Amino acid sequence: MLYAPKPMHIPDGFLSVPVAVALWLIAIAVIAVALKRASKDLGERQVPLMGVLAACIFAGQMLNFAVAGGTSGHLLGAALAAILLGPWAAVLVLTTVVGVQALIFQDGGLLALGANIFNMAVVGVFVASFAYRTVQRLVGRSRWGVPISGFAAGWLSVFIASLAAALELALSGTSPANVAVPAMGGIHALIGIGEGLITAGALAVIAAARPDLLRQGQAQAAIGGRAVWVGGLVIALGLAVASPLASAHPDGLEWVAGQHGFLDAAQGPIFKIIPDYLLPGVSNQALATIMAGVIGALIVAAVALAVAYTRRSRGSEAG
Amino acid sequence: MEPIIQVKNLSFAYPDGQQALRDVSLTVAPGEKVALVGPNGAGKSTLMLHLNGILHPTSGAVRVIGLDVRDGNLPRVRGAVGLVFQDPDDQLFSPRVFDDVAFGPIYQGLRPAEVRERVSAALEAVHMGHMVERVSHHLSTGEKKRIAMATVLAMEPAILVLDEPTAGLDPRARRGLIHLLRELPQAMLIASHDLRMVQELLPRTVVMDNGVIVADGATPEILSDAALLEAHGLEVY
Amino acid sequence: MHISFLDPYQPRPSLIHRLDARVKLVLALAFILATALAPAGAWPIYVLLFALVLAVEILSELGVGHVLRRAALALPFALAALPVLFTVPGPALLTVPIGPWDLTITGPGLERFVSILLKSWISVQMAIVLAASTPFPELLMAMRAIRIPRLLVAVFGLMWRYLFVLADEALRLLRARSARSGLLGQPAARGSRAAGETGRSAGKVGGSIAWRARVTGGMAGSLFLRSFERADRIYAAMAARGYDGEVRAFPLPPISPVAWGVLVGGVSLLGMLTLFGYVFWG
Repeated sequence: MLYAPKPMHIPDGFLSVPVAVALWLIAIAVIAVALKRASKDLGERQVPLMGVLAACIFAGQMLNFAVAGGTSGHLLGAALAAILLGPWAAVLVLTTVVGVQALIFQDGGLLALGANIFNMAVVGVFVASFAYRTVQRLVGRSRWGVPISGFAAGWLSVFIASLAAALELALSGTSPANVAVPAMGGIHALIGIGEGLITAGALAVIAAARPDLLRQGQAQAAIGGRAVWVGGLVIALGLAVASPLASAHPDGLEWVAGQHGFLDAAQGPIFKIIPDYLLPGVSNQALATIMAGVIGALIVAAVALAVAYTRRSRGSEAG
Repeated sequence: MEPIIQVKNLSFAYPDGQQALRDVSLTVAPGEKVALVGPNGAGKSTLMLHLNGILHPTSGAVRVIGLDVRDGNLPRVRGAVGLVFQDPDDQLFSPRVFDDVAFGPIYQGLRPAEVRERVSAALEAVHMGHMVERVSHHLSTGEKKRIAMATVLAMEPAILVLDEPTAGLDPRARRGLIHLLRELPQAMLIASHDLRMVQELLPRTVVMDNGVIVADGATPEILSDAALLEAHGLEVY
Repeated sequence: MHISFLDPYQPRPSLIHRLDARVKLVLALAFILATALAPAGAWPIYVLLFALVLAVEILSELGVGHVLRRAALALPFALAALPVLFTVPGPALLTVPIGPWDLTITGPGLERFVSILLKSWISVQMAIVLAASTPFPELLMAMRAIRIPRLLVAVFGLMWRYLFVLADEALRLLRARSARSGLLGQPAARGSRAAGETGRSAGKVGGSIAWRARVTGGMAGSLFLRSFERADRIYAAMAARGYDGEVRAFPLPPISPVAWGVLVGGVSLLGMLTLFGYVFWG
């Protein structure tokens, strides 16, 4: 119960190296900007504020509840962080959350971390910012304004982030778009409801007890906010359009990926040094695998013996 | 000799209008050990936060080791006033004990070798030298309170300002802390509800209530004045 | 109650535990990269990579069974790759009728699917060993060493430090909620199980999801409020000790020659494996 695997955190092995590296580069670029902007927004308090809120989001992920269908809803937190701290600090907060999840709990891979940071800390945050401000402009006056905008921000951030993840899987050739997009999108459309409700509920509590915090967060978002709003809009639209397109033409996406070398698919060996068959009926591939197995077993056995020996001598020293 | 703390006619109101301190005056001489008692909300913590410049007076003046508490002097003021907060979890914010105790000296600009010396000395003073590599959240409350003190001792302050040091401690840890406070040579200003500790340790007592200082004198006299104690919600138990 | 079981670090007197965290981090990343670069179907490479990580697991004295069990937790995501069995073009192996469709598993599809599974399984084992053999403060040091900005590392440090404090607070809120839901007389809450903990019993009762969501949202809101206040107190404590907004840290100790040796050796070995893989199976 305390720690359940997350459907949006992509493990290692599922993204092709070019896709993973490209997303790392984008993530690093956004983080670099966020580091500068968060300093300006939050000032001297930034380190304790971001650190504690990151811990809060992480701990908040334990506050799960069951949504229809038995899947546990849980908190991504991108929306809450973006609304309360402004987008740039939220990027950093979510980066640390996703980073610790990967490093310490293996929720999401380490090579894939760049992609996961991009999906959750960049897409999630920017889309949430965009959604909140847009809906606020429409319903802000009513007393339900804050919770409704919060719900929209929460839901949209999760849903669009999942589309990004799906497209990354498709580009890597791991999961065809016409399966990945509906699957990821569908699951997260549901999970997003939970996110939206929690975001709305939390904002309602905060707005009632400390409206100054809410105003502070929005003030931060307003500074240089145009760029973020446009960014969020572009990302949301882009992914929303690309996903059904990719779904409809799964081969198309894979073809594109193949053309640009995103796929891991075998291109053909550089050397054909080992002819396919040496012995009749036995392929050299099999032989090579067996040899590797033998070498591997020898390594493991050697290490195991060494450790056993060390343990024994440690034991006799202690005794 | 120059007083370590000199508060003159200090008044302070929070941004929301709540008047927390009214015309407070207080002087603490070097080596003096003073208790600050009073009901919750009396303004004790607010007063303490003025001593190292975290809060700024609405009117009145605060001087620490002869310096006005204002922006230019803050580094030296903060080095002189070792403020230990009530919840040690707020004070121990670094991954390891070493990092927390080294924090003050590092920000005082000391070289790595000097920082190491200060850390060892401070941890020795609170009898926690063996904990240097530990991770904060594995420690008991008593241990955390000692480390919290070490974090300010490492800055070699002129005065220790402690907020409820014995709160939340079991009798053994409390006894250990009182021993420790007796050993330390620094001047002290201790806010506490633990009046038995005050009786044992601190020769002078200042009583606050509702943002005002209502009494300031020798501990035995103050704590035997039943009318005074009752009027301000105090009890020796 | 203490949530220290959230911390995966397990102290052992092993060589891996003693190895410099900076070297461990770089080698773990290099290993995962090498695994990712292994071409689909290069089975001998996978075997050797697995042997390597197994050797590391044994060396770390963490218990191979323990690591493999934790590694299994990451596998459910493999379902995402399942369609690849059917969609990669190539010679057909087996046709599986599922409902109205006839799905054909192809040779290359099987190859790619198994390769993905193996890569994932092998990579996650290395990550588990890294986390279980390295105390987090040392990982922070390693992050500084690979040039992650000091501000970000400081935020990581604070986050980790308060993770346990806030997780305790969250647990207390959860327990308070379960205690309360039995008393509220909501239709969903009747019965011994708290409505919020499992959805199975309560799911279909009208309004209960929204109610639960509101309660959970309320708890999240309280947690956030307390966090803001705690952040203020922490900032005051930092300021009281001279914090001026700039992140300063103790200089890192030099890396020992042995550690350098291990680093260079490890990276070379992985590099050779990767090259081998590309040349013969790429």
